[in-house]
Amino acid sequence: MKHFKIFSLLLFTAIILTACSSDDDNNNPEPIVEEEVITTLNVKLTPSSGTNPAIILQFRDLDADGPNLPTIDVSGDLISGVEYNGSIELLNETVSPPEDITEQVEELSDEHQFFYTLNGALDATTAYTNFDGNGAPLGTSFTLTAGAASSGTLTFTLRHEPKKPNTGLEDAGGETDITATFDVTVQ
Amino acid sequence: MRIYILWLLFFVGITSNSQNCNNTLSGNLIDFHDNSALAGAALVVVETQQVIQTNFEGRYTISNLCNQNYTIKVSHPYCSTKTYTVKVSGDTKKTFRLEHHLEELNEVMVKGKAYSNKSHSITENTISQEKIERFSIGTLGDALNSLSGVSSLNTGNTVVKPLINGLHSSRVVIINNGVRMEDQEWGAEHAPNVDINTAGNITLIKGASALQYSGDAVGGVIVAEAVKVPIKDSLYGKTILSGASNGRGSSLASQLTKSYDNGWYGTVQGTLKRFGDFEAPDYVLSNTGISERNASLRIGLNRFNYGLEAYYSLFTNEIGILRASHLGGAQDQIRAINSTRPLIINNFTYRIDAPKQDVTHHLARLKGFKRFNDLGKLSFQYDFQKNNRLEFDVRRGNDRDKASLDLELTTHTLMLDLDSKLSESINLKTGISAKYQKNIANPNTGVRRLIPDYDKYNLGVYAVSDFSLNDKLILEIGGRFDYTLLDAFKFYRTSFWESRNYDQRFPDIVVEELDNQILTNPELNFYNASTTVGGQYSLSENSKLFFNYSLASRAPNPSELFSEGLHHSASRIELGDLSFNSELAHKFALTLQRTDDIFSFSINPYINTINDFIVIEPTSIQQTVRGNFQVWEYRQTNAQLLGFDIDASYKFLKNLRLDHQFSLVKGYDLNRNEPLISMPPANTKNEIIYNNPKLNNLRIALESVYVFKQNEFPNNNFEVFIPETQTNDIVDISTPPDAYHLFNFNSSLDVNINKKSALTLGFGVTNILNTSYRNYLNRLRYYADDLGRNFLLNLKINY
Repeated sequence: MKHFKIFSLLLFTAIILTACSSDDDNNNPEPIVEEEVITTLNVKLTPSSGTNPAIILQFRDLDADGPNLPTIDVSGDLISGVEYNGSIELLNETVSPPEDITEQVEELSDEHQFFYTLNGALDATTAYTNFDGNGAPLGTSFTLTAGAASSGTLTFTLRHEPKKPNTGLEDAGGETDITATFDVTVQ
Repeated sequence: MRIYILWLLFFVGITSNSQNCNNTLSGNLIDFHDNSALAGAALVVVETQQVIQTNFEGRYTISNLCNQNYTIKVSHPYCSTKTYTVKVSGDTKKTFRLEHHLEELNEVMVKGKAYSNKSHSITENTISQEKIERFSIGTLGDALNSLSGVSSLNTGNTVVKPLINGLHSSRVVIINNGVRMEDQEWGAEHAPNVDINTAGNITLIKGASALQYSGDAVGGVIVAEAVKVPIKDSLYGKTILSGASNGRGSSLASQLTKSYDNGWYGTVQGTLKRFGDFEAPDYVLSNTGISERNASLRIGLNRFNYGLEAYYSLFTNEIGILRASHLGGAQDQIRAINSTRPLIINNFTYRIDAPKQDVTHHLARLKGFKRFNDLGKLSFQYDFQKNNRLEFDVRRGNDRDKASLDLELTTHTLMLDLDSKLSESINLKTGISAKYQKNIANPNTGVRRLIPDYDKYNLGVYAVSDFSLNDKLILEIGGRFDYTLLDAFKFYRTSFWESRNYDQRFPDIVVEELDNQILTNPELNFYNASTTVGGQYSLSENSKLFFNYSLASRAPNPSELFSEGLHHSASRIELGDLSFNSELAHKFALTLQRTDDIFSFSINPYINTINDFIVIEPTSIQQTVRGNFQVWEYRQTNAQLLGFDIDASYKFLKNLRLDHQFSLVKGYDLNRNEPLISMPPANTKNEIIYNNPKLNNLRIALESVYVFKQNEFPNNNFEVFIPETQTNDIVDISTPPDAYHLFNFNSSLDVNINKKSALTLGFGVTNILNTSYRNYLNRLRYYADDLGRNFLLNLKINY
């Protein structure tokens, strides 16, 4: 019987401890603002010479994997024969001020690579102008030379941990961090 | 103790004074509670001094009796002796029942056992200690997989979730050492946090009949019990050392028990397990290693009319998830599915990197009982569980080593049960339970909470009764009622909140509006009633019919209610629904069982109709910066599962036996008139076993496992635009893999080292032919083949 009493005592202590510990949690949980999210891809195409206007391509999805559709904007047409210097900017606009993700990607240049895919009748060529420490392409800056008047799609793909060097998107592997397709016209 | 009784009886001598009396009295001796056969009990006929022992199946026959009343004393080492008066008139049959007293503290009393087939036969739904030891290096799921009607839902080969008659996760309740496991079992890639080496035996109940613990086991209940400790002075233990070639791993499991004849006892137990990358026949499955460390301690006192026990166990494991399964959007999925080999294959390593899971489960239990003469047995139990789950994804930058998911689930449960005997033939068990659970999602992950912070309160009452109408028919009836309050704090994305019209449907629960998130405080109430009605009828000496109807009612789990966002390990967006109500399942099951030394079988057809069944299904494609993702939404529908399980065992030579199993289940969505996803394909196992107890208990077994191709599945394929090729490609996530046939070999041999120690040597090979195959129920089947050939060595020392 003695054991039984000791046991009962233990049991009630446990109940009391439980009852007390569940009392002091009236604070609301803190919100989590995701820092790794990429909401926006801005591609700025600046003519390397001449007075033609710069063109901005923007892919923006402010609720990330929420239900709202992304907005895709192309500010204008490319001019045939013009060489553009391209620079890519990645932003997380869920935080304020927006966070620049491009820096993170460039810091870990050996783990990332941008790919440019032209499709349809679009007549243009691209070339990498920045590279990682091993001389393999990174691609946050590049050149794009518009060919004859045409239209089609231009897709930017960022792969995380691709095989480097590689012979192209098919060969690269890795995980897709970004893929954004724009309808582009050369006039 | 049995020996003493026999010696005593031997000296008393047998003097039979029969007077042309040729009648026999025969029947079975069974356990009062679970009707299991009691072997090795002594029956003494007081009048004639005849002594008879029950055989292995609990049967006895007393011959040379006259037509008169006899007094029969029945004694068994683990039961208190009972005296019966039996009227013999011609050849008479009588079933005696004894009550296990001394062992009860360690026993999980599962009512509704009419349904559980618990008998000392080959076809029972119990995994014996001997068999558990063979799975020492594996998981609980692997061991359960060997039973008919049980499959497993796998994520790779180390995350193994039991699937009972087609149902899993929250629909399968696991009772570990008398404690209902609260280990975030809602997730399809969350394996049970139970060390198989702590279990002495495992019982499977394919229904919701364990009402003492839950009324929501729509699929079934798995009961893992500890080994019983005898009441005598002794010190004993065992150590199992196992090694496997595939994964180049090993495990060490050891336990030591000290007991005293005053009833005190204590057991310490520990397990270490370490594996590197596993291998498919043609390649290394990179990042699939596992590291597991478990320990448990038990101290208790067991007396006839009272007892108490304290138990603590710690379970920790780190499981690597196939690196090639971590993907971006649908374009990556196409590449991975269309490739015959995983996209990432590295050299073998013991290192476990992201993606991985890191789980710690603490379980503490205090239990006691006191027997009152006029009332019955009163038991208390308090248990505490703390489950911490970390999931690591492949991340960038400063967050590289941070978990993407960090949940801490704490549960306190209090149970009070009264076990009383209303009459010689009627037992009643009643009880109440109270539970408090708290989930905290660590905000430092930097990833939105998949499961929100919540407090859950649960109050349950139940009553179960069984009564023997006559020697042949035992009936059982039970009911349970649960009230659950779920008080959550959930952040919704504003865009989701509005797209679901929650802003109009649930405006009252908004606590705070932030930039692009809304904090809400849903308080959900669930009232769940469940019942079970069943019985068993003895058709003849060795055949029985079990029948059972159970009504199970399950409240939706936090994942079904609150999911909202990208589930990285599944490469899809998962959306829950705040307005779900409880699932209600009606299950009818029949079991016809024949037990015999030569030929035994059981056939178990069932039909499970589930109203408001919660399924997750793809509904659309969502475009994001990372590409297109399939959106899977939970919805409620009416479902029906029907099928049957067959077990048979035929001993065609003295030491040679053939075991056969066949399981079939079909599941349909009745509203949409289409098959349910992830239903186990038909499968059959056939094993030929040679066992010679005289030759060092040599056991040699060759097993064939044939799994058919699942040909009924919902078509969830979708199209995705591939910019590189300007084409719309189909992502085939639905088509099940082909049928496969595996051969396994298993052998063991006992060697006595000295009087007190015995050694068991085991050797086995799984997938002997090194067959490449993929399993429909493996979530990683899109990306890699299953395991190749594996050599296993097993060394057990009992001391």
